[in-house]
Amino acid sequence: MNFDDTPQEAEFRATARAWIAANAPKQYEEELRKSSLGRTQLKNANILEVAKAWQKKKADAGWACLHWPKDYGGRGSSPIERVIWQQEEGPFGQLSRMFIIGHGMCGPTMMAFAREEHKRAYLPPLASGEKVWCQLFSEPAGGSDVAGLRTRAEKDGDDWIINGQKIWTSGAHYSDYGILLTRTDPTVPKHKGLTMFFLDMKSPGVEVRPIKQASGASDFNEVYFTNVRIPDHQRLGEVGDGWNVSLTTLMNERSAIGAAVSTGFPELFEYCSSLMLDDGPAIEDRAVRSKLANWAVKASGLKYTSMRAISALSKGERPGPENSIGKLVAGSMIQDVATYALDLQGASGVVSGEDAELAGRFQAMLLRAPGTRVEGGTDEIMRNIIAERVLGLPGDIRVDKDVPFNKIPTKGRG
Amino acid sequence: MNFDFSDDQKQLRDQARKFLTEKCPPKAVRAVLDGKAPYDKELWKGLAEMGFLGVAIPEDFGGAGAGHLELCVIAEEMGRANAPVPFSSTVYLAAEALLIAGSDAQKKKWLPAIASGEAIGTLALFEGKGNPSPKNVKLSAANGVLNGVKKPVADGAIADFAVVAARTGSSGRDGDISLFIVDLKGGGVEVKGLTNLDPTRGQAEITFKDCKAEPLGAAGEGWSILTQVLDRAAVLCAFEQVGGSDRALEMGRDYALDRIAFGRQIGSFQAVKHMLADMYVSATLARSNSYYGAWALSTNAAELPEAAAAARISATQAFQHCAKNNIQVHGGMGFTWEFDCHMYYRRANAMALGLGSLTYWEDQLIDRMRKKNAA
Repeated sequence: MNFDDTPQEAEFRATARAWIAANAPKQYEEELRKSSLGRTQLKNANILEVAKAWQKKKADAGWACLHWPKDYGGRGSSPIERVIWQQEEGPFGQLSRMFIIGHGMCGPTMMAFAREEHKRAYLPPLASGEKVWCQLFSEPAGGSDVAGLRTRAEKDGDDWIINGQKIWTSGAHYSDYGILLTRTDPTVPKHKGLTMFFLDMKSPGVEVRPIKQASGASDFNEVYFTNVRIPDHQRLGEVGDGWNVSLTTLMNERSAIGAAVSTGFPELFEYCSSLMLDDGPAIEDRAVRSKLANWAVKASGLKYTSMRAISALSKGERPGPENSIGKLVAGSMIQDVATYALDLQGASGVVSGEDAELAGRFQAMLLRAPGTRVEGGTDEIMRNIIAERVLGLPGDIRVDKDVPFNKIPTKGRG
Repeated sequence: MNFDFSDDQKQLRDQARKFLTEKCPPKAVRAVLDGKAPYDKELWKGLAEMGFLGVAIPEDFGGAGAGHLELCVIAEEMGRANAPVPFSSTVYLAAEALLIAGSDAQKKKWLPAIASGEAIGTLALFEGKGNPSPKNVKLSAANGVLNGVKKPVADGAIADFAVVAARTGSSGRDGDISLFIVDLKGGGVEVKGLTNLDPTRGQAEITFKDCKAEPLGAAGEGWSILTQVLDRAAVLCAFEQVGGSDRALEMGRDYALDRIAFGRQIGSFQAVKHMLADMYVSATLARSNSYYGAWALSTNAAELPEAAAAARISATQAFQHCAKNNIQVHGGMGFTWEFDCHMYYRRANAMALGLGSLTYWEDQLIDRMRKKNAA
């Protein structure tokens, strides 16, 4: 048992470290290091532009999308090399956030289902960040129940005509392309009538409207489709096989091993280490210490769970299912941590923004946190996944399973 | 990076599981629970023959000369099987204290006897309510003679010798405490068994009256040795707790698959599924924290104090969580004497206290994290 690199890994790490030291946008390092959930903007620069420039620089030197094949803009690296890169990239990895959906979900789906000429045309600019992609799955009528979506695709000659609405689309407002899950046959049970496409977000009839979130910020969008045309050659997978295609996408979402999840703990520990309460230093207070200790072991538990998965990768093995706990644990933890940090501030904790303690770091965290427990699979869906796929418990009894989609009730009451 | 046990160590774990499945079925645990014997003597003999008791004891002292990682995988299986033997007091506490501070003669006397199963050892630290702290040690030692009462002492009623924490000074500092070895079969010792939460591992009150004792380690070094012993034991106990958590989770999962209510498997209800998923989360966090503890223990890393406290807290929480919710998943049947659920519930809650309470270890963890940050 050790944390040492193999000689090969050490050599790769040294190369990556040297390149990052020579090329990373160091002027933003401190600000990126201090960013936390709900606050990842740069003060004096447009983060999207900084991110695109860094991604392009990486791509030109062969450091973008490391695990992708070289032909598609990657480096052909092993999974462990990808993890080492993430470790070395450190705070600059924050700049990859706006590419996560494209690189982590759209790219792999294209790789598995697009025509060869499309892969060669679309994947390299996706890898280099010159083109940004989004994923159009969720709808007002289909969140956790994605297969309940209603956006229609109807065949018209060699094209498909799309009508409907998507919601919670991250980054749609700056995306160039998207992968789109539609309903092509409402007369069969819901999972069987879906078909996947990719499309140009500048197509006529696509309208993107930002959602004002509960936090006040706008990271997500509604996307409306009115008679949007998509040529049939942009279909991904067979007609009616969209559910299986989407599973490939979602599987990739959950296999992002080594990507650190925010728990808020390092921020809270740092805060408490210097905070003075009415009757002395916070860190000497029994109640504070007990809270900190409980969160500390969750944070370290997640860290070493991730190390176990990385070790499996290093040995060329498939990681076990342990990593499925990350988002579930971190999501509610960061919310609790933020709530507690404000509690320690007393009445003044109510003040947010620049005038607040630490320029409102924990207030911003608190307001953004509910989203982390919903996006990418709610806490409840994550528990179902652990119960069913890891523990082998039976799936839910689904009353709509064998019912034609257009016969499923659409209203709860009245 | 290789943050995992080696193939050989995993093989040893499989070997231990196979052995314990055969020699330590729930029925064997129940025999001790029901008071038919103070511990499972046959199992203890078998563990010695398998080389498990001396796995981390050097060959020079009659052990297998493997290491702490090997002991960790065996500990996990001991916890999974809920083994009713004085393993933790003898192997994690007494043997580790001897390995850290024993003279050559003391090691020669006791370690081979531990490895062969002939001697049961324990640590006599607590004196009634309270957590590990020099100020809670009142038992006095003067000129190698002990006077005072220790309680509770794990496996005290069956132990052959004890490492005893005694007061040798009154400066109010850690240096007031020294350690001694006492042959419990000799004079000046009175032992009384105590009923306790987990009868499969006994507790006793030991009164020392003008009892002759031999120093273990230098005078005044007692507290520093004890701190190291408790850290090591925290990691090793964490592995038992991880094994127990996994078993309790499995029992709950299996019952949720077998039991039908309202016309369906109860494991198809989200209220039950989510409870089991949360148990899996706790058990996984505990395992990962314990692996880090194992790494720190096996390499004698500077991180051991922090890693041990984290493993201790995480594994204690996980075992308590899994054991209590295992009963909940079982419903009424889980609350019967006949079902095995309560044996894990008892063990989980007894283990949560044995090396000091959760509150104590939370406090330790924060102190140690601060120390590291300051360094």
